[in-house]
Amino acid sequence: MSGAVTNIRSGARREWVINLVLLAGLGLVPLWAWFADAPFTITLATRAAILALAGTGLNIALGMGGLVSFGHAVFFGIGGYAMGILASHAQNYDPLVQWPVVIEGTQFMPVIWIVAILAGAVAALVIGALSLRTSGVYFIMITLAFGQMFYYFAISWPAYGGEDGLAIYVRNGFPGLNTLDPIQYFALCFAVLLVVLFFNARLIRSPFGLALNAARQSTQRVEAVGMDPFRLRLAAFVLSGAITALAGALFADLNRFASPAMFSWQLSGEIMVFVILGGVARLCGPLAGAVVFVMLEHFLGGLSEYWHIFLGLLLLLVVLLAKGGLIGLLSGRGAAHG
Amino acid sequence: MSLLTLEGVTAFYGSSQALFDVNLEIGAGEVVALMGRNGMGKTTTVKTICRLLPAKGVIRFGDHDLLPLPSYRAARLGIGLVPEGRRCFGNLSVEKNLTAAARPGDWTAGTVTELFPRLGERRSQIAASLSGGEQQMLAIARALMTNPKLLILDEATEGLAPLVRQEIWKVIARLKQESGMAILIIDKSIRELSRIADRAVILQRGETVWNGPVNDLTSDLTERYLGV
Repeated sequence: MSGAVTNIRSGARREWVINLVLLAGLGLVPLWAWFADAPFTITLATRAAILALAGTGLNIALGMGGLVSFGHAVFFGIGGYAMGILASHAQNYDPLVQWPVVIEGTQFMPVIWIVAILAGAVAALVIGALSLRTSGVYFIMITLAFGQMFYYFAISWPAYGGEDGLAIYVRNGFPGLNTLDPIQYFALCFAVLLVVLFFNARLIRSPFGLALNAARQSTQRVEAVGMDPFRLRLAAFVLSGAITALAGALFADLNRFASPAMFSWQLSGEIMVFVILGGVARLCGPLAGAVVFVMLEHFLGGLSEYWHIFLGLLLLLVVLLAKGGLIGLLSGRGAAHG
Repeated sequence: MSLLTLEGVTAFYGSSQALFDVNLEIGAGEVVALMGRNGMGKTTTVKTICRLLPAKGVIRFGDHDLLPLPSYRAARLGIGLVPEGRRCFGNLSVEKNLTAAARPGDWTAGTVTELFPRLGERRSQIAASLSGGEQQMLAIARALMTNPKLLILDEATEGLAPLVRQEIWKVIARLKQESGMAILIIDKSIRELSRIADRAVILQRGETVWNGPVNDLTSDLTERYLGV
């Protein structure tokens, strides 16, 4: 028994070391690329950091709450369009709202992030309140249906580019930074990722996180100790949606483009794939998955447009042989504990 | 005034009726043994009290009508359940199991580990890796962490080694003496129940057939309704 406990503890320590190595790697590679004048590598690292952020958002719902949401791209798209709409109005000197009060667009990132987070949270509240009344395959289907609704709404919304999406000309600004400089924009995205990971690490150990984990194991047992599983899951879903929306705003700013594809079910699937790849319910699982995803996309995508076949194979291997994902495999731990 | 009242309670599993007419009262600080042979409706009665199974009739807890409430609201009113089969949150540590259930009150992680020192020693151990007895202690401790007015123990000593059983009975006796909490116990050990309970209620085929002070239980009654 004590041997098992020691194994769990050493596995947890190894996982922390792996997390630190991953974070240090993600922080140092762009720094090297900056010295080596390889801006595209910095952009790839920025993309990995943003996708990791989206995955961290999904991981709250999927990993902590056991909610298999197949529509998380909705929140990613909402964040992207929040950025696109606010920035395009600001660029065109066209007020967002003229009555009853005049509301201007903005290119100020902190305001855009707050709007994206709030919009994502409100959407998650509405979608969650409806979809969390179901479970299992019905929950998956309802979240997928919401994703498709938003997707078709975006492509049929001519005011904001319809099928062509919404381009902005200049990246939005952040006080004290030149966001057009790839390394500075990377640093900003990486800092946001670190803050969210720190928040997530605290959340996992909080009474709320523990209750959510318990509700994932047994609804009845959680109710028997006086907690409402529906509210717990809804709160997790809202948090998850808000973080994913923030990632969407950063992603749209990276590309200076908000596209209906940000709402697509394929993107929902991709976010889920790299969470599973890295390790569901692992703090840095989405980060590991996002890094692998971006690397495969970059290195194999250049060789063949069918590079997803290799991603599929890797996912198959991880699901069959490493239920704790890549992080679980490296740390010698199985599926995540609470 | 009684803390918990059940009057004419009926309950169904699908179309199959499990409870026909259950009547039960528990006063504040009272320990009541719910007795009956296997399949007579004891656990079903507990499920109806905790609102885990729909029921008809009257179920009151203090001033509250429990029937329209969801189970988590019933628990928040002060009903702590130690379910049959222990059922801890297996992938959480002992400490996390306790923290997840904690509600404000006198029972804290400190006081429950004082009651069960073994849990204190295994604070960071995953619940699924505990022995059966330790899991049972954790299930009781977790219910206490909700700071209940009524603690329901459904077969809390079932399947445990005699020494562990004794340890748990001692804790229950201590809870009776020191906490002032009402306790409803289901257990097969009539000897222990007779020592601890103030009153007994016997169920037979989903109906209350006997209700009275535990000292009034005669061998004729136990033979007729409990088969011993």
